[in-house]
Amino acid sequence: MTMQSQEERVDLSEIRTRLAGATGQQYWRSLEEVAETKEFQEFLHREFPSGASEWDNSFSRRTFLKVMGASLALAGLTACRYQPVERIAPYVNAPEQIVPGLPLFYTSVATSRGYAQGVVVESHTGRPTFISGNPEHPASLGAVDVFTQAEILTMYDPERSRQVLNNGDKSNWDAFVADITPQLAELRRARGAGLHILTQTVTSPTLASQFRALQSAYPEAQWHQYEPVGRDNVRAGAQLAFGEYVDTLYHFDQAQVILALDSDFLFAVPGNVRYARDFSTGRRVRRDNLESNRLYVVESTPSITGAIADHRQPLRASEIERLTRVVARRLGVSGVSDTELPPGMPAEWLEALVEDLQQHRGTSVVVVGDNQPPIVHALVHAINQQLDNVGTTLSYIDPVEAHPVNQLESLQALTTALQSGQVGMLVMFGGNPVYDAPSDLNFADALARVGTSVHLSLFVDETSARSTWHIPAAHFLEAWGDARAFDGTASVIQPLIEPLYGGKSAHELVATLMGQIEVSGYDIVRNFWRSRGLGGRDFDTFWHTALSKGVIEGTTAAPKQVTLQIAEFPDTVTALPADELEILFQPDPSVWDGRFANNGWLQELPKPLTKLTWDNAALIGVATAERLRLQNGDVVELRTQGRTLRVPVWIAPGHVDEAVTVYLGYGRERAGAVGTGQGVNVYRLRTSDNLWITSGQLRRTASRYQLVSTQDHSSMEGREIVVSGTLAQFRSNPEHPPFFHGEHEHLSLYPDYPYDGPRSWGMVIDLSTCIGCNACVLACQAENNIPVVGKGQVANAREMHWLRIDRYYSGELDNPRIYFQPMACVHCEKAPCELVCPVAATIHDDEGVNNMVYNRCVGTRYCSNNCPYKVRRFNFLQYTDLESETLKLQRNPNVTVRNRGVMEKCTYCIQRISAARIEGEKANQPVLKDGDVITACQAACPTQAIIFGNLNNADSEVNRLKAEPLNYGVLEELNTRPRTTYLARVTNPNPSIEPEMPADGHHGTETIPNPAIEHEMPADGHHGTE
Amino acid sequence: MQRYEQIEPMEPIIGPGQTYATITERISSIPLTDLRQTPRGWLVGFAISFSFLMLFLISILWLFARGTGIWGLNIPVAWGFAIINFVWWIGIGHAGTLISAVLLLFQQSWRNSINRFAEAMTLFAVACAGLFPILHLGRPWLFYWLIPYPNTLGMWPQFRSPLAWDVFAISTYATVSLLFWLVGLIPDFAILRDRAAGKLQRQIFGLLSLGWRSSSRHWHRYEMAYLILAALSTPLVVSVHSIVSLDFAVSQLPGWHVTIFPPYFVAGAVFSGFAMVLTLTIPIRKWYNLEDFITMKHLDNMAKVMLVTGSIVFYGYLMELFYGWYSASAFEQFMVLNRMIGPYAPFFWALIVCNGIIPQLLWFKFFRQNIPFLFVFSIIVNIGMWLERFVIVVISLHREFLPSSWDMYTPTFWDWSLYIGSFGLFFTLLFLFIRFLPMINIFEMSMLQFSENEKAHGREARRVQLAGDTPEPAEMA
Repeated sequence: MTMQSQEERVDLSEIRTRLAGATGQQYWRSLEEVAETKEFQEFLHREFPSGASEWDNSFSRRTFLKVMGASLALAGLTACRYQPVERIAPYVNAPEQIVPGLPLFYTSVATSRGYAQGVVVESHTGRPTFISGNPEHPASLGAVDVFTQAEILTMYDPERSRQVLNNGDKSNWDAFVADITPQLAELRRARGAGLHILTQTVTSPTLASQFRALQSAYPEAQWHQYEPVGRDNVRAGAQLAFGEYVDTLYHFDQAQVILALDSDFLFAVPGNVRYARDFSTGRRVRRDNLESNRLYVVESTPSITGAIADHRQPLRASEIERLTRVVARRLGVSGVSDTELPPGMPAEWLEALVEDLQQHRGTSVVVVGDNQPPIVHALVHAINQQLDNVGTTLSYIDPVEAHPVNQLESLQALTTALQSGQVGMLVMFGGNPVYDAPSDLNFADALARVGTSVHLSLFVDETSARSTWHIPAAHFLEAWGDARAFDGTASVIQPLIEPLYGGKSAHELVATLMGQIEVSGYDIVRNFWRSRGLGGRDFDTFWHTALSKGVIEGTTAAPKQVTLQIAEFPDTVTALPADELEILFQPDPSVWDGRFANNGWLQELPKPLTKLTWDNAALIGVATAERLRLQNGDVVELRTQGRTLRVPVWIAPGHVDEAVTVYLGYGRERAGAVGTGQGVNVYRLRTSDNLWITSGQLRRTASRYQLVSTQDHSSMEGREIVVSGTLAQFRSNPEHPPFFHGEHEHLSLYPDYPYDGPRSWGMVIDLSTCIGCNACVLACQAENNIPVVGKGQVANAREMHWLRIDRYYSGELDNPRIYFQPMACVHCEKAPCELVCPVAATIHDDEGVNNMVYNRCVGTRYCSNNCPYKVRRFNFLQYTDLESETLKLQRNPNVTVRNRGVMEKCTYCIQRISAARIEGEKANQPVLKDGDVITACQAACPTQAIIFGNLNNADSEVNRLKAEPLNYGVLEELNTRPRTTYLARVTNPNPSIEPEMPADGHHGTETIPNPAIEHEMPADGHHGTE
Repeated sequence: MQRYEQIEPMEPIIGPGQTYATITERISSIPLTDLRQTPRGWLVGFAISFSFLMLFLISILWLFARGTGIWGLNIPVAWGFAIINFVWWIGIGHAGTLISAVLLLFQQSWRNSINRFAEAMTLFAVACAGLFPILHLGRPWLFYWLIPYPNTLGMWPQFRSPLAWDVFAISTYATVSLLFWLVGLIPDFAILRDRAAGKLQRQIFGLLSLGWRSSSRHWHRYEMAYLILAALSTPLVVSVHSIVSLDFAVSQLPGWHVTIFPPYFVAGAVFSGFAMVLTLTIPIRKWYNLEDFITMKHLDNMAKVMLVTGSIVFYGYLMELFYGWYSASAFEQFMVLNRMIGPYAPFFWALIVCNGIIPQLLWFKFFRQNIPFLFVFSIIVNIGMWLERFVIVVISLHREFLPSSWDMYTPTFWDWSLYIGSFGLFFTLLFLFIRFLPMINIFEMSMLQFSENEKAHGREARRVQLAGDTPEPAEMA
């Protein structure tokens, strides 16, 4: 109402008087109302502003229409006016290389467990979305393990630390620098006395050189290292055998006979992905390759290595030493006293093993687990020397670690220093010692005595919460760095994105300690390699090659000659005290030592053998469970050295008796919303004198705990699901292996579709080489935006994994044969699901792929009921997180995000097929070749057990494999005509141990299905209850 | 039209002492009672039903808010209570159609006193049944995609799926049942119109009676229309449940893929429908003193129908087991064993007892004419028929081809609340029906009375013209 200036003016003092005179609550619309101006009265009276409600009688009908027409036209015009006022810039100077819609791929290395694993990271317009292996990298050869793949989710974890914290209060980097600078100056004057550094295992050459520089600036500063799943025994064993630290590299591809002594070399050791690949090359049994290596495994806890073994024997971990001594003595290793065979080990088994090893001098290898005491490692070094295996199936190199020390002693030294108050400043680079240090060290109490503690960490974890300063760390996808692989090969860690939450890298923090405030991580790493003089004068080319290849040429460690220095192998075998059980500590297959606790993908990943999710359980053998009358989910109390722990038990067929295995990494107190409070903290039981193997009492309690497994039933019920046989059987009739039963008729009412286009897709999975490592499951989850549903939903069998690995047992309960079978949609040509969908939401395309049209799905779920493989997954609730912004960044833009009420399943990575099809058509090469489409599961598989390709390309690998006599389709008798088929598992047992089986093989020993006794779970059906 | 002369009831189907006037008075007085004089018992019953209806609505609201995950469903058991309840309610509906249509064509005039009620039951059961397939969808708001209609998507339903056939079967069934019921009500609406005291009542019933004046021409056309509708409904009795059974039989799942499903489902439907009619009529005839209209003869006849259909159903169970064994397929054999000794075996054996063993008692007249027994028996059969669907749906699904995916199904609170809530819908509609509409067919009862009288006087019933047989409403008033 700007016109009031010309009209009557509002008298404010008048208004004040009026309002003051009023009684009761007065509501007034405007100053004008209170003033009762003439205009306001008129305004009220008219209801509409002046002119709007007056009807000019002079308007004729014709004029009225004209005016109306004009008004309408004008109204239309105004609609055109809404253009943004903000200036927008055209995409003239597009960032180099970026084509919207097309991903870019960058090499890097992941150092999830200290050692480098080469990766190629997919990036969509600046957001990394997917991690796959780097074919050029020796630790990867194109594959990756679950931890490395899951790092992408960790990077986007909305609960990662975003803030520098000072005693738990929000602070910032500048305040941190300002706080420590005078302290550092003082420490420098004291020659560094009182400055302690704590790291995990460091394989980064740059970081190591920085630490060395730091130590020259602060000569009395101490560098401690601690890794809860450390390799002290390996190092000590090498020291014992050779008098120096060396790393052992295995060449399983050269080995024909492998003996693994409590060693899960396919999972738990650095280089495991490479080892799995090498191991599998010796097991690709085909019509024209009737050879296979032979794996003997003696282990306490069932592992994926034990599952793939041709011969597996359970033996308590503390008795491995005795067995090793016997083997060594039998093989003629000198200095080994005579020992009896541990009870439970069949003598003929050992005879056959020793004979097999002797017959394969130079082509055998004995490996031993990291948790075995040093003497066993020394014995095994001697055995391998004795068998002339050095140089062929294994070699020695200088340690890959920058600073190999006994980490336990290192941490003990730090704790002692802390307790004595000598530590002025402790800087912790990652790690979480408050949570994972041996419990007798009382690290948390010791930490409280430090002057200033600094913790660089991705999460505000248990240690951060007790530190003076918490610095958010940059994820390896966010910062420059470098690392070495298990064989010494160095690689540069390339960041793909600016730190999402402003984290700092270790390099930057060390530089800050050195007073180099403004140095970037990029310069630090680059300058280090420049200073090494690599690449000659043309450093830029060298650098560029190193980055694009993901490997720095010439850094692989050369084999080292070592000689056995040990003459006598003292006996350290200790007997298990009466009425006690052996307690074994193992890193968890999903969360390792606890560092992955807040990763939902890993938490929900079914553990390879137990298929448990979201929890750690104490594994016991069947006989032990029977003796103690324990069932899955019963809570027991473990007691050792006065420490007690209550933990639910899980019965693991094949677990050694009188022993219990507990898994590290759970029971986190400050992991984040995903990981906090899941499972039991086993570190409370772990002391520095027995990091791996101890003994204690087990007492059952009355309470129960809900453990959640994704597979409740482990018998094949005599059905032909995993077909398996021995190599001898296969050799007896390679064209028609005797372990197959008959042919199936394929009749159909509906005519066959010809699939005569340029492409038709199929997959073959080789069960002889599948080790059940879960890499494919996680790759599928990451690639296809598969949500995490949580423990409660998994308990009701609603996990969303498109690809699952079925695990079956057969044979005796105490040492069963273990089978893995990856199972996803098999893309039936006569798909039962398609027939019953009332809205045609699942249909075949002309390339043979059974597609799921999410938008069309109304959710009748009939398709799932009619699917004999039960590979369809339903969004019973809204599982996909639509709220967390950072999680949205992670998603694959080429895969639809599904919401509730919609069925989903494996698509053969249709988005990858689509992209390749477009490229092929553009290049006028519509018949796609091998390698044009690689599914996510296939790429991740360390053993290359999954082969996918174009069946309409006569040269494709998948076509060759489909013609193999071992090829079969699961449930083929239903005439579903699956496009995913399997190669029967061929084992290579030693005929002296396992006499030739009858011709029908051994897939499932039970022939009479008996549903009544097949309850493996309590009667309520679900995995044990509270 | 000879239909009233051919039966020779052994026992009266109308109680002694009833005249045209008393029949009309007795039946029509219930809907015409002043609202303020609504019986207390009715109010209590209605209030209870209505509160269950509210539970139903709350369950639906929560279902729509969260999704089908509020139920105990999982993979492999992706169908649960919703489908069980759907089949169960649809089955119950069948008795109504059978009584009104099939028995009409077979000229079983004893049906006249229970057909109206049974038809209403059918309608309400179909209303309950029809909701479940929609509620069970993952995205229920898109249910109309199952209907063939021209659309911009250019998509039709996938006609090979039995779920698409269901849409037609059930919608046809609901439509025909509704028409049949409404057409049958027209003469009674006219009676109520003529007897109504209040103006509003008169207007409402006048509107509903569509100008019925009881002329011969009206009666003639009415009879023709009614017969045609009966003829239309009769195949539906067979077709609807056959198609529902194909929802299972078309699949390849052991326990579902059974060729005898269509006849066995139809028999089961009639079996369960008659059970529900018994469950409802036994108390109602007591409360409303209708023993003269729903006599022992009716109960006895219904029990006989149940004996026949129950035996067919039992035969079906045995055949399923036989096929499982005879198939020589490990999966089928396992399915049979899993039913008998698996974790859900108690449900299977309860089913055999409820639907197989106990109905055999009906061979004896003592049980057929023992009203307390019949009432308890009808409830046992209702439970048994629900168990039958549970056995088929859940036990078949929870353990099938690959043992790795075997799992258990445990219903949640919301499974139960939706099921129990559907009783709320059913009984709310039923209470409204018995309060506001003539629950027994007035004019057909009068006709029945006429033919009874004829027999009672030992005279030959000669007159064949329908219109002449029927007393004018005015005469009865």
